[in-house]
Amino acid sequence: MKPPPFEYYNPRSLDEALSHLAEHGYDAKILAGGQSLVPMLNFRLAQPAVLVDLNKIADLAYIQAGNSGGIQVGTMTRHAQVERDPIIAERAPLIHETMPMIATSQIRSRGTFGGSIAHADPSAELVAISVALEGKFRLRSQSGEREVPATDFFLGMFTTQLEPEEILVEASFPSLPPGTGWAIEEIARRPHDFALVGVAVVVTLHSDQRIQNARIVFLSVGDGPVVAEKAAESLRDQAPSPNLLRAAAEIAAAEDIDPSNDIHASADYRRHLAKVLTRQALETAIERAKG
Amino acid sequence: MSDLYQLSVTINDTEYQRSVEPRMLLSDFLRHDIGLSGTHVGCEHGVCGACTVLFDGQPIRSCLMFAVQADGHEILTVEGLGTPDDLHVIQEAFWEAHGLQCGFCTPGFLMTLVPFLEENPDPDEAEIRHAISGNICRCTGYQNIVEAVKLAAENMRA
Repeated sequence: MKPPPFEYYNPRSLDEALSHLAEHGYDAKILAGGQSLVPMLNFRLAQPAVLVDLNKIADLAYIQAGNSGGIQVGTMTRHAQVERDPIIAERAPLIHETMPMIATSQIRSRGTFGGSIAHADPSAELVAISVALEGKFRLRSQSGEREVPATDFFLGMFTTQLEPEEILVEASFPSLPPGTGWAIEEIARRPHDFALVGVAVVVTLHSDQRIQNARIVFLSVGDGPVVAEKAAESLRDQAPSPNLLRAAAEIAAAEDIDPSNDIHASADYRRHLAKVLTRQALETAIERAKG
Repeated sequence: MSDLYQLSVTINDTEYQRSVEPRMLLSDFLRHDIGLSGTHVGCEHGVCGACTVLFDGQPIRSCLMFAVQADGHEILTVEGLGTPDDLHVIQEAFWEAHGLQCGFCTPGFLMTLVPFLEENPDPDEAEIRHAISGNICRCTGYQNIVEAVKLAAENMRA
């Protein structure tokens, strides 16, 4: 298995990269960490005429604390760097907790934060938690820049709002409001595999500890991140109890998702896992929200 | 054929200058162009871990990188770890604890474990199993690999 031939550019600046994309459009693919693209090239599932490699653009890799308590992550920041970063650990605990779940140490050395999001694999943890955390993505092209909320960015399997001449340059996440807890749970056959089902949960409590708002986002059960709206609605303004959480998990598994059968798991088994994982994630998130 | 690219790369403390096609995988470059066949190639899509090498000190899958991307960087392969007469402490532990049978996966395990044990000098069994979860072995059942890692950690601390 060897990649097909391609024309290769490794620009030293973002502007230079954008000009290559403007010139080659749909014929070009962006090479970030390459941990999904290179396997596709090796299998010849992808045969782009041009690769624009972002690895020499040093100023696309950074982690910054934002002014209002949030964080910004440059697109070429490696997973391994995010995993070990103290700002992330302090300000973005859900991201911190998620990083070791992503693939293996070898993949995390090389794979990038923005690459995983732009690739939009429905099994990607970063896709689901970006939606759960209400992140935003900055997209840049030669003609300008726009900011797209994570909730609008993902259009379907491997499909996003990114135009061929655009680069996702930064992901940003707001600070979590007081009284907010988080959790992520997933089940995979082996520790580094794509999850059969995963769920990320962010819950904010009122001062009287009733649930103000819950965001429940699944991975690996649809064509993209799946937001469990009915389950979240069933929790609104309710006092958390084991029965309430169990009922919400059942609603999520029965009504909010429509998983498919494949060689890895049946749809029924995925629904079962979704129910169990949602209940566990809600319990953990609420415990954390209570502080 | 696409244009050739010049690259200059340091492998096991030796600098090499070569010209490569951009589609040349780092794994093939190491084996065929440099002649370092200790880096094994199993699946060529980033699943088996046999081709793991250190890239600027970090474990990476050399089948998921292009050689041209290594320009200006440092690589350590299993040949740079130890010699038959002077094994690395992790190699010694694999030998002692029967951490290999056919040996095909072993270079990848070793290169994964070098940075892991530097960062985690006293890992528990769960941490060890998590650390090697990106390396597949079809012979040992992993039991003796885990034992070898424990022994290596112990010997490195001593």
